[in-house]
Amino acid sequence: MRATFPFSAIVGQDDMKRALLIAAIDPGIGGVMVFGDRGTGKSTAVRALAALLPPIRAVKGCAYHCDPDIDKGACTVDCPSRSGAGAFETEDLPTPVVDLPLGATEDRVVGALDLEQALTRGEKRFEPGLLARAHRGFLYIDEVNLLEDHLVDLLLDVAASGENVVEREGLSVRHPARFVLIGSGNPEEGELRPQLLDRFGLSVDVRTPTAIADRVAVVRQRDAFDRDPKAFVAAWAKKDAAIRDRLVEARAARREVSVPDSIIEHAAALCVKIGSDGLRGELTLIRAARAYAALEEADTVTLAHLRAVALPSLQHRLRRNPLDDVGSAPRIERALAEMFDA
Amino acid sequence: MSAVEPGALDPWSDALSAAALLSIDPVGLKGVVLRSPPGPARDAWLAAFKRGLPAHAPIRRAPSHIDDERLLGGLDLAATLASGRPVASRGLLQECQDGVVVLAMAERCTPATGARIAAALDAEALRFSLIALDEGVEPNEEVPAVLSDRLAFTLDLADVRPSDLASPTAEALQIARDQLALVAPPDEQMLEEICRVSTAFGVVAVRAALFTLRAARASAALAGRKRIAEEDLLLAARLVLAPRAQFAPPEQEPAPSAPEEDQATTEHDEATATEAGADRLVEAVQSALPEAFLEQVLKRNAERRAVARARGSGAIAKSARRGRPLGARAGTLRSGERLDLIATLRAAAPWQPLRRRDASAPTTALVLVRRGDFRIRRFAQRLESTIIVVVDASGSAALQRLAEAKGAVETLLADAYVSRARVALIAFRNVDAEILLPPTRSLSRAKRALAGLPGGGATPLPAAIDAASALAQSERAKGRTPFIVLLTDGRGNVARDGALGRAQGEIDAIASARALRATGVSSVLIDTSPRVRPGASALANEMGAVYAPLPFVEAGAVAEVVRAHAPARR
Repeated sequence: MRATFPFSAIVGQDDMKRALLIAAIDPGIGGVMVFGDRGTGKSTAVRALAALLPPIRAVKGCAYHCDPDIDKGACTVDCPSRSGAGAFETEDLPTPVVDLPLGATEDRVVGALDLEQALTRGEKRFEPGLLARAHRGFLYIDEVNLLEDHLVDLLLDVAASGENVVEREGLSVRHPARFVLIGSGNPEEGELRPQLLDRFGLSVDVRTPTAIADRVAVVRQRDAFDRDPKAFVAAWAKKDAAIRDRLVEARAARREVSVPDSIIEHAAALCVKIGSDGLRGELTLIRAARAYAALEEADTVTLAHLRAVALPSLQHRLRRNPLDDVGSAPRIERALAEMFDA
Repeated sequence: MSAVEPGALDPWSDALSAAALLSIDPVGLKGVVLRSPPGPARDAWLAAFKRGLPAHAPIRRAPSHIDDERLLGGLDLAATLASGRPVASRGLLQECQDGVVVLAMAERCTPATGARIAAALDAEALRFSLIALDEGVEPNEEVPAVLSDRLAFTLDLADVRPSDLASPTAEALQIARDQLALVAPPDEQMLEEICRVSTAFGVVAVRAALFTLRAARASAALAGRKRIAEEDLLLAARLVLAPRAQFAPPEQEPAPSAPEEDQATTEHDEATATEAGADRLVEAVQSALPEAFLEQVLKRNAERRAVARARGSGAIAKSARRGRPLGARAGTLRSGERLDLIATLRAAAPWQPLRRRDASAPTTALVLVRRGDFRIRRFAQRLESTIIVVVDASGSAALQRLAEAKGAVETLLADAYVSRARVALIAFRNVDAEILLPPTRSLSRAKRALAGLPGGGATPLPAAIDAASALAQSERAKGRTPFIVLLTDGRGNVARDGALGRAQGEIDAIASARALRATGVSSVLIDTSPRVRPGASALANEMGAVYAPLPFVEAGAVAEVVRAHAPARR
């Protein structure tokens, strides 16, 4: 295994990094959709984040690396947490990052009959798919907008329920599949259906850095990494560790962060003002603000926190008027300015 | 060296240099897109490249239609059945560890296969370089961008004649490979030069700058240098950046505003040195660009963009015709049905031990398949439709009509979110009809195309109908159902050959309309003239179109008519 490019060494892209951290602090927010051109370091950032996260404690021998505390008893019958007489071992695993390739078949995504077991032992066994592998980790889909519709529907369903239900080929399996969905795409190549967009908690735009100095920095870092990955990772280990510590603390502190009523009112007023569809926007906004406050080591959510996460939480939820050339971002910015700067 | 005069660019010598650099740093440079029809140039290049490889490097040829099982490996079904224990097969990419994958006819490669190979190129565990043979002729036939972005070089050998130029010997390349790690890291100035020059040509991907750096390093190693020299950079920039150039930098701009006065002299010197270096690189790249580059590139990019957009949301033309596979289900084999062998084996597999036990007579069959195991492939036909809006942009009423047509297109596009339909826009005026918006689903793209829509001039009705008809045919070939919406007052005054004249114009319009009718494409003609006249309805009749007079064109009404008459959507 070669080393992964360190998260802290990524030049710029602060919006994306912050959104990823928030999604990692509170997986319930529902993932991140990253819009941007090819080659802007989207996948590098996702991989780097996963490498940075603390290992997960999982039931040893469980194909779904299920959580000994949360999934206990809820996993499939094969899971040691159910089959054993209450006693099972645990192990520490790195946070999984699963790539969903564009042409993935339904079989590979949800899982299918284990051909190997079937052929050699005559057993009907379920072979877990990519959803099982992504449990408790990240499911990264490059070019979401090019994904086949039936797969998108399937993913949405599982992402929303946190459970993968397979009823096919005489198999009947149900296993936990809670993952942070990270999608990327280029809006020029076809838009995403609003139903799908709405399921993503946050959305950010990334751009290739245009300033020469930034580009030089990107090339320099990457070249240094390629020349000697180990030394490079070691040089950044301290900074990565600092981010990890903040993240771990924020995860624990998130529930303790209080949200004053005035903030909730502000969030509601903002959503009404810009006309975002449904309640999901408001809920995400509050959740994201709370996670962000935890990341900033605050114990109360303030307007500044709300404001920082407003754009990524809401910009993909506005009903777009095709005749209106103004994008969603300026509309939100304007509403924010009117509400908070007055 | 051959008779090429120094300084003059010899594409063949550059091609050979690319081969040498790639064999020195295959992992860093990833590979090359070789755009050329099969022929002596391509063969000669491949032969030269192979000579430079380490002795036992595997070289495997992969067809563009290679399946995942073979590409990435999996269970070897045949061997598993024969031996009764799981036999894993290695994928082609694994077999090519530290070697070369030659992807034949890469322009035919499906986006899915492209994405798979791209992911493998990114993966740290697999080390291979890719040679994508691109035999495309049309500008839109090309290697998927997801692949070409990830390969350092693109060589166009179509018009290149190989000469007997000597390429570096295998030993020299081996020495260079060993030396590669010893080349000193680039200094700030060099990095800045590389970034400047790539920006100057509109190459935004940072990957390209990295490739330039790596190619320069390989070139330095080949020359036995411990530092990257200017000539290395020049070669690398030419090879990596020229094929990626999006536009040529503006001609030497006048000296930028007077430099700030009290800048430290050293700092100032450094800045100018960097700029001078960058300028030399810009020149190098520019010299590698073919003549009339700007025109070519603009045209190519426009065409490509049109195609890329048209390809848009994952509609794979080839498979769309037969629909996406819906998976297999149990059934009996009738003619015309396709057996899904793997699914059938999957179905039969769990029962093998049981069936073997129950078999009345000992059997030598490896797999006992019963009728109930048969699985039949199913495909879902994609009922996608493309609405082609053809709008009369001629004459005085054009502006208002155009604005409404634009509104209609955008309203239709908003619908297309849900209905998965595409919308295209053709405008006609003066002597020609122009596709302003190739079939697309993208709102952002539509907005841009519609923003600058000119109006005024004569009415080339025949050209408009022909253009719509051609677009409809090509959409149909992609498995979509075209539907033409023609907004006009039916008063064409330009003949097919572009000559002005009402009489000939109308005769030709009728002829074009009949031709359109013969293709069987359904259409609606929206009569926009303030007073209803027989001309337009007669034309509609000849086209086999639904006739809808709408004297006061209005976006909502147009969209309404289209919704009412468009072929049933899914």
